[in-house]
Amino acid sequence: MSIDTPTLASRFRMQWEEAQQAWVLLYPEGMVKLNASAAEILKRCDGTRDVPALVADLETAFDTTGLEPDVRAFLDMARQQQWITEA
Amino acid sequence: MTATDRPGPPLWLLAELTYRCPLHCAFCYNPVDFARTSADDELDTEAWLRVLNEARVLGSVQCGFSGGEPLVRDDLEVLVAEAHRLGYYTNLLTSGVGLTEDRAEALKRAGLDHIQLSFQDTTKELNDFLSHTRTFDLKQKVAHTIKANGWPMVMNCVIHRLNIDHIGQIIEMAVALGAEYLELANNQYYSWALLNRDQLLPSREQLERAERITNEYRAKLGDKLRIFFVVPDYYETRPKKCMNGWGNVFLTVTPDGTALPCHTAKMLPGLSFPNVRETSVGEIWYDSEGFNRYRGDGWMSDTCKTCPDKEKDLGGCRCQAFMLAGDAAAPDPVCDKSPAHQVVLDAVARAQRPGAVSTAPLVFRDPKASRQIAP
Repeated sequence: MSIDTPTLASRFRMQWEEAQQAWVLLYPEGMVKLNASAAEILKRCDGTRDVPALVADLETAFDTTGLEPDVRAFLDMARQQQWITEA
Repeated sequence: MTATDRPGPPLWLLAELTYRCPLHCAFCYNPVDFARTSADDELDTEAWLRVLNEARVLGSVQCGFSGGEPLVRDDLEVLVAEAHRLGYYTNLLTSGVGLTEDRAEALKRAGLDHIQLSFQDTTKELNDFLSHTRTFDLKQKVAHTIKANGWPMVMNCVIHRLNIDHIGQIIEMAVALGAEYLELANNQYYSWALLNRDQLLPSREQLERAERITNEYRAKLGDKLRIFFVVPDYYETRPKKCMNGWGNVFLTVTPDGTALPCHTAKMLPGLSFPNVRETSVGEIWYDSEGFNRYRGDGWMSDTCKTCPDKEKDLGGCRCQAFMLAGDAAAPDPVCDKSPAHQVVLDAVARAQRPGAVSTAPLVFRDPKASRQIAP
């Protein structure tokens, strides 16, 4: 089961941490430090775009193509971790 | 320390606001001499606000309000609001006593992100016996208040010999109350729990049964409930990486303002820990003797220094080494390479006897008992 229109799950909060120079996901008593590409994908998981639109947005922003397989693989993992959910 | 091994920020700030608590749990990790700290000795609101600000500047991002019972402090809402404003993820670790609907709403408005509610057991009688007060009905009510305010809920249940056989009911209750996470925290033997170790340490058979049942529920429940099962380290042959490393990510500030690398470290002799009343959080974290003492591996015995697992466990827990081997720099006696490992084996062997291992009564955590133990 893959996700159509991803949005960040309500129990997670994403924010920039100056001291770590990284985006992090915060949740009850825990934290995930995100690498740059994970952060760029998750920033766009706001319930307003489906996966093809999200991929297109990233490809435009970073002037590249062929990101879809990697994005889908990441979103699958993120869904399994319950970071994201269907909007 | 050289610049290269300068520690990262204290990502986790544990604010122990008070030792006052309406409960009297026999496994409490508060120091046995907690009664030496009275309400008058506690940091005031202004001091806590300063601590929150200083730690946040360093990079603290998870903030736990704990105790004792943090709801005893009537400035809790003020502290939560400031922590929220500063960008912390705010956690309240509570027994639930004092969490009225009004206070829950005020905490929600202040920006509290999450509540961890502790339970002792699902069986009312046993729950009341172990926490020595009649609070179980209230906790169920509080769990509903937590859900009604839209908070994610972590249920925490300390597991030990007297309740481990109820593990299935405990998991069922977490599901019924709508918890998203359940921590089945096997008792660790510090402070009050160490006094009561013979009564609280489960047998191997009890432990294996509990793990099996937990795994069955995990398979059945899937994503609905995340269950964490913390194995009691006495049944391991290598120690835990205590606090994820001394002075590595955790900073505890006790009710009187003493800053510690973990909430039990104050017991260690010959080590001075700074107080936030006199020293800034930055100096405490990076420059104090107490926080630097067991960083790196310079302090380690040869047993640890030459061990291939050194990086995995960093020699285990300094408090456990002190309590069981009499030397805070010794290997954690949980490790089977420790010269003092027999102490752990003996306790484990006693735990295999059927029924009540000790005829001694449980020592409940209360100010009177504390003053008797540590006048």
